[in-house]
Amino acid sequence: MLIVPCPNCGPRNAADLRYVGESRPRPDPNSASAKEWRAYLYERANPAGLLRETWYCRSGCRRYFTLERDTVTNEFTNPPTPVAKLGKRP
Amino acid sequence: MTRLPPQPGEVIDRSRPVDFTWNGRAMSGFAGDTIASALTAGGVRVVSRSMKYRRPRGYMSNDYWDPNGLVQVGDDPNVRSAHRLIEPDMAVEAQNVWPSLEHDLRAVTGLASRFLTAGFYYKTFMRPMWLWPTYEKVLSTFSPGGRIDLDTPHRYHDKRYTHPDVVVAGGGPAGMAAALAAAEAGAMVLLVEHGHRLGGHLLWGDDHDRTLAAELAAAVEAAGVEVLVDSTVTGRYEDNWTAIVQRNHPVAVERLIKARAKILVAAPGLIERPYVFDGNDKPGVMLSGAVRRFVNMHAVRPGSNAVVFTANSDGDAAAADLKRAGAKVTVVDARRGEGIVRALGGSKSVRAVELADGRRLDCDLLVTAAGWTAPTSLLNMACDRPVYDEATARFFPSVPIGNVLATGGLAGDGSPDELIDHARATGRLAAARARAVSHRLQAATARARPVDGEAPGWPPDIRPALPRVPHPALFRSTTHGVVDFSEDVSSKDMVGAATEGYDSVELLKRYTTATMGPSQGKLETVNTVAVLAEARGQTIAEVGTTVWRPPYAPVTMGALGGRLFEPQRVSSIHPWHQANGATFMLAGQWIRPDHYGDPAGEVRNTRQNVGIMDVTPLGKLDLRGPDVPKLLSHLYTNKWMKLAVGSVRYGIMCAEDGVILDDGVTGRLGDQHYMMTTTSSGAATVWEWAENWLQTEHPDWRVHVTPVTSGYTSINVAGPESRTLMRRLAGDVDLDPEAFRYMQVRTATVAGIRDCFMWRIGFTGELSFELHVPAGHGLAVWEALLEAGEDLGVRPFGVEAQRIMRLEKGHFIVGQDTDGLTKAPAVGLRHLIKLDKHDFAGKPELAWALEDPSAPVLVAIQPTHHGRVVPDEAAQIVRPGTNEIIGRITSSRMSPSLHRPVCLGQVLPEVSDPGTELTVVMLDGRRITARVMEHHAHFDPDGVRVRG
Repeated sequence: MLIVPCPNCGPRNAADLRYVGESRPRPDPNSASAKEWRAYLYERANPAGLLRETWYCRSGCRRYFTLERDTVTNEFTNPPTPVAKLGKRP
Repeated sequence: MTRLPPQPGEVIDRSRPVDFTWNGRAMSGFAGDTIASALTAGGVRVVSRSMKYRRPRGYMSNDYWDPNGLVQVGDDPNVRSAHRLIEPDMAVEAQNVWPSLEHDLRAVTGLASRFLTAGFYYKTFMRPMWLWPTYEKVLSTFSPGGRIDLDTPHRYHDKRYTHPDVVVAGGGPAGMAAALAAAEAGAMVLLVEHGHRLGGHLLWGDDHDRTLAAELAAAVEAAGVEVLVDSTVTGRYEDNWTAIVQRNHPVAVERLIKARAKILVAAPGLIERPYVFDGNDKPGVMLSGAVRRFVNMHAVRPGSNAVVFTANSDGDAAAADLKRAGAKVTVVDARRGEGIVRALGGSKSVRAVELADGRRLDCDLLVTAAGWTAPTSLLNMACDRPVYDEATARFFPSVPIGNVLATGGLAGDGSPDELIDHARATGRLAAARARAVSHRLQAATARARPVDGEAPGWPPDIRPALPRVPHPALFRSTTHGVVDFSEDVSSKDMVGAATEGYDSVELLKRYTTATMGPSQGKLETVNTVAVLAEARGQTIAEVGTTVWRPPYAPVTMGALGGRLFEPQRVSSIHPWHQANGATFMLAGQWIRPDHYGDPAGEVRNTRQNVGIMDVTPLGKLDLRGPDVPKLLSHLYTNKWMKLAVGSVRYGIMCAEDGVILDDGVTGRLGDQHYMMTTTSSGAATVWEWAENWLQTEHPDWRVHVTPVTSGYTSINVAGPESRTLMRRLAGDVDLDPEAFRYMQVRTATVAGIRDCFMWRIGFTGELSFELHVPAGHGLAVWEALLEAGEDLGVRPFGVEAQRIMRLEKGHFIVGQDTDGLTKAPAVGLRHLIKLDKHDFAGKPELAWALEDPSAPVLVAIQPTHHGRVVPDEAAQIVRPGTNEIIGRITSSRMSPSLHRPVCLGQVLPEVSDPGTELTVVMLDGRRITARVMEHHAHFDPDGVRVRG
């Protein structure tokens, strides 16, 4: 089982967290076309390599945060970032 | 084949005889005997029949992996008899033989063997399809397993979690030396040995070997290493999460240990590889290690006239052991170019062997020492891909892995001193790396105690490589023989499969099922590769090998299930329910009353008098802060900015794809204080959903979300007399219909308990008050309600009565009447979707869904002229006269109030108009007609009662 570095709780078993998925911006709900909205809902880059993803520390601090993982080696390359600090969507 | 006089290294206790039975026959051995050694000492040669051809089989490898040694012990099937120790009165039987081990009538398939070649499952049993029931019966007779007794009592299994610095897999000389060195360097070490005692191959070696084993074992214990014997590291997963199955736990049948090892040392040793030749599965054909274990550990001589075919020192040692034990021994030395081509003999035993030079030697024991298989499993699981080394004729790890280190036979050969030096260096490296990992983990924990000192660098691997001792490449003779003994696959089958085109090793494996039986490739993988390489005219390196996957050794289902850690939740009223005849149901983690004996009676009493229900599992979220209305407006599809203090509103929540996520009511208790209720199963999801929006998209909103589901005991008081009852207990609230109207909330003191709140809502369709009482006082209020309402006919009702009443009222349940495709417009509440709000979850999808003319809609349905037939839930609705599905029944009950069946269902819009006749296919195939109703509510469609 993967060890996930939570910014508050430290390294935890992945089972203590919920994997939210690839971090992706939410399109403007009032102007998004169906194609854009469904890309947001269903399409993922799924790269073999670096991926920014969101986790939820479900059994610990209950914070959402993002981090960057190499999907080939499962190494987390950058320190985790609480999502709120990423600011608003682009 | 008798018991030898005492041997210097024997592990049996001759002062403690043990009686057991073999196929009902009385047998005897000594404490410390395995089933295999006791049977062999008692003259038993044939212990099983092969899976397909029903050929008689005897012990071959005499260890845990022996493919011929699976037996039934009492109600325990598939017991590894060369590993399991005998116990008094143990009932051991041969398994899957018919009618007996000696005369298995299905051995006739041996004659028909040409029909049972590779892929016979796929070829023989395909057509005609209508014969499948017969095929299944035939195929099931080929299943190799033992007998499962469905009446076996449940036995205790357990789990353990541990976080050692170093886990060492394998308690032979290398594993012991590595564990010792790691412990001396300060590491917390867990040493796991597959067999019953530490020592590995030293245990069946000479005096010097056993002395070394004893010294190392004593040093390991003295160094504080935790030693687990009769236990196996069965898997290595991400970040060294290792699974260990412990078979010798004093209480649990098996215990699964989940160890987070900072460093894992793989020291499993080598597994002796069988040699492929005609007759190589005859009873009496054995590996050198098998013979050495029989003679030296259990003082059993497995034959008196032996031919030893040897290519290495272990074969030589086996020959020496047999001579010392008084057997006549002839050595056939592969290193001198000698070879064997065929074992001859009847069904009970090998009788002679034919050599490559044409000679024929009589024998009752044929020993082979043809080489080794490196069980690189744990390294494979860490992404290593072993490569073949031609000089030593075995595979070696190829990829350096930071937190998994190999030592012992996996890493190379050499003198005992060289191997132990390498193992000690491995142990020291493991301890140093464990320190680095530990520092890294602690430093990454923001709130942990600050770590002392500089972060240690990653210790480099500067272990000198072990030498590799050349070994002849011996896989197959000039004849064909068995490669996979468990699955009865011969080299001839494999050549045939390769000819048919299954010539990649992974394809060949799946087509022939080689390596897929109980021995899981431990004995046959490399021979499989070698036979395929020969068939393809390539080298073993070019063919490559299959990937070893977990588990390394079998794990019982009991161990995987183990001790359960799932919590169970009950309300504060639970003891009353138990004492008053409730039948309970499981709802997620909650245990709650389904009914109290008569759900229909509970409905009638609630409709006529007053009923009370424990609805504590209802999800409750306490919301505080100035921006709560913004959050509510975002989560629900309807509007929330102007909800007055003291009011309650119903809402539907949708996910971003427009599918209904949850529903419930939220009330405003104070200026900046709201209480949200969710479905019982949705409480956790909605909390995470709310937090998601607050933390990611709207961190500027000031809202505190606190789950209080268990903080309040919730009681629904419903029925025409509910107001009278509440007046007796909540005197501080004006309950007049004009003062406390439908969909309002009040804080109250109920039965003397302060800080309760209650709201007027009506899932049951009756005048009702939903009380939320601080949990510690829930039972007191429940009992007060029963006492105060005795003359009003108050009775409890359970989930079933509530479900009937809500169905009579046509209220849908998220997840029952909706599914993962049901978007909000489908449930008949289009007016609750407010597209003029700036933003809310799922808004674009809902805008499109409102325009979608094809989506199914939820309608109320009643059967027509089959008045007493209650349609099955999940029954399909079809176009009349066809099987075209145009809808389904989602909820269905007999209504005690209307004396007729009532349903909800999802149907295509074209058949959703009131009055439309529907054809419902019952689960038994009957077709009944039903009609779409005008209102969702079958009962009191105008809602007069609930507003009373």
